[in-house]
Amino acid sequence: MQTLQTVPINMYILLSAVLFSIGVFGVLLRRNAIIIFMCIELMLNAVNLLLVAFSTYLGDADGQVFVFFIMAVAAAEVAVGLAILTMIYRNTGSVDIEVLNKLKN
Amino acid sequence: MTQLVGLIPLLPLIGFLIIGIFGKQLSKGIVGAIACGSILGSFLIALAVFFQVKSSESHSITITLFDWISSGKLHVAFSFLIDPLSALFLLIITGVGFLIHVYSVGYMHEDEGFSRFFAYLNLFVFFMLILVMGSNYLLMFVGWEGVGLCSYLLIGFWFKNTAYNNAAKKAFILNRIGDLGFLLGILLIFITFGSISYAEVFSQAKFLGVDKPVITTITLLLFVGAMGKSAQIPLYTWLPDAMAGPTPVSALIHAATMVTAGIYMIARSNILYTLAPVSLEVVAVVGVITSLFAASIGLFQNDIKKVLAYSTVSQLGLMFLALGVGAYSTGVFHVMTHAFFKALLFLGAGSVIHAMSGEQDIRNMGGLKKHLPVTYMTFLLGTLAISGIFPFAGFFSKDEILAHTFEHNKVLWVLASLASAMTAFYMFRLFYLTFFGNFRGTKEQEHHLHESPKSMTIPLIVLAVLSVVGGFIGVPEIFHAPHLLEGFLAPVFADSEMKTLPTHMNEGTELTLIILALAIAIAMIYFAYDRYVKKENLPADEDEEINPAQKLVYNKYYIDEFYNAVITKPVDWLSDKFYRFMELRFVDAIVNGIGTSVNWGSRTLRLIQTGSIELYLLIMVLGIAVLLFIK
Repeated sequence: MQTLQTVPINMYILLSAVLFSIGVFGVLLRRNAIIIFMCIELMLNAVNLLLVAFSTYLGDADGQVFVFFIMAVAAAEVAVGLAILTMIYRNTGSVDIEVLNKLKN
Repeated sequence: MTQLVGLIPLLPLIGFLIIGIFGKQLSKGIVGAIACGSILGSFLIALAVFFQVKSSESHSITITLFDWISSGKLHVAFSFLIDPLSALFLLIITGVGFLIHVYSVGYMHEDEGFSRFFAYLNLFVFFMLILVMGSNYLLMFVGWEGVGLCSYLLIGFWFKNTAYNNAAKKAFILNRIGDLGFLLGILLIFITFGSISYAEVFSQAKFLGVDKPVITTITLLLFVGAMGKSAQIPLYTWLPDAMAGPTPVSALIHAATMVTAGIYMIARSNILYTLAPVSLEVVAVVGVITSLFAASIGLFQNDIKKVLAYSTVSQLGLMFLALGVGAYSTGVFHVMTHAFFKALLFLGAGSVIHAMSGEQDIRNMGGLKKHLPVTYMTFLLGTLAISGIFPFAGFFSKDEILAHTFEHNKVLWVLASLASAMTAFYMFRLFYLTFFGNFRGTKEQEHHLHESPKSMTIPLIVLAVLSVVGGFIGVPEIFHAPHLLEGFLAPVFADSEMKTLPTHMNEGTELTLIILALAIAIAMIYFAYDRYVKKENLPADEDEEINPAQKLVYNKYYIDEFYNAVITKPVDWLSDKFYRFMELRFVDAIVNGIGTSVNWGSRTLRLIQTGSIELYLLIMVLGIAVLLFIK
């Protein structure tokens, strides 16, 4: 455990921020629905990383407990999301989100 | 007893509700029974109340149902005042009302609106009772408006005819014009006295001096209301047109009850009027001029109901004349006798119209004496009563009016006597042309001539009896018998009596006046007999040429046309201008503008819905960012 703490907390914050931004940009800019889901997972995991880092740095176990919650929620959300995506693929034959514009006036 | 007083107006109201809601499902017999029964119930209670008032020491009882308005300085209770004046009116309204209800069961039997008719009639009686029983001006006004409403509903009863609807509208509008004056009067009373309940206003008024401008204004404004409701000049033109309604309506509303509301109001406010002699003069002059004017028109009318309508206007004028010369109980006396014989005459006319299969023009009648014996007899009694022949009811009340007027102002007496003379003439003209001579109608009509059923003839008989004996409650002094009515009503007018100088007429003068009036009346009757029976003169047909003076009177002095040109047309023009400018360009623009702007707004907002998921995601992220940076 000693070696882990020699890495300053800033590095973890920076890494988490970069991962999160990559996730955000991926959600905004990518057209493939599966990629977007992966980017959402990326964002969630970035947050997980940050929580674990701080939990170790502060010696408080609450952060790690919260990570478990996040993982459970992420899993549930992926299950539902992929199910919906499968139905969309069956109905429209593609996973490109530009196809899903039926609400256009 | 006091609890039962509340039932008097309640019974007709319940009758109205039951017949109004369930009328179509009930049989005609039941509807008639409920309607007549409720009025009969009210009559019996009114009778008990009358006897109690007569024998009790305290002459007025106030029964409060609940506190109605309590706002700032205004406190109005929903309470009834039972004193000799209201007790008498209660008897008239419920008694004559009951007879007319019974008559209507026969008269309206074939009509498909049978239940609607009785619902309206009951509602009318309810409002009229509220009018006379109210213990403050506001309740009187509620009744006042309510009877105006029922009058509108009943005049336009056969609503499929546009002319009848116009007559109903005319009645309501002219009433409303009067009501404006009435309302202003009430407001002024409240400002001056701080209350609108009779007890408080009159007890304060007692101590005021005569000829205060405020009191004169109040009384004149109240009289404007009476002019509209009781058809005096200039607001009388609705009453002849109101004959468009079924005959029982004309009998009840436009002869016996509603039109007497103005007289009731002035009699009730007698102390205020005594303090304003100027207003009394106005009342007397308007009354006598209306009386003469309407009588002159009645001389040439050919519709049986129109003659009676103008006769009503004329008699109302005489009642106002009586009030105007300070003879309040005389005015009320004439209200009572008039209710009897005018209702009788109208119901008799209805019987004639019923027999003639709907014909109302007397030029097409004649010789009905042998076909309608009961109607003939009762109509004769009614005509004798209205002409003021001794010893019928009309003689006593009319003689009293003339006597008091003679004491007050000889010119008014001459005019009033002239109006009475004309009354005798045109009434007997009507009588002779209808019942004597040869039948002038079609063969069809002659075939159908029949006396009316019992439900119609029995009320006629009862009213005829009342027209014969009703006058004896008010015999003049020269007969050395007590004037029962004046004694009964004395407490109501006591304060006024104290303020004015008592007058006493010389016995000889009074006898001379009576004999003079009788002589003139008998002469008029003979003149009519000579002209219409002996010489068999007939009124001119529609297309015959008549001399210009006669044409003027026959066309009612063109007053309706005058009102049309001077008042209706300018108002129509103004309303058209308002419509074009205010309504179309202004109000419509604003309202439509709101609609258009909502449309525009929604069209613009709709552009946000592009359907592209990328845009939605972008907005979501931006929104979160904004939320995060704004604490």
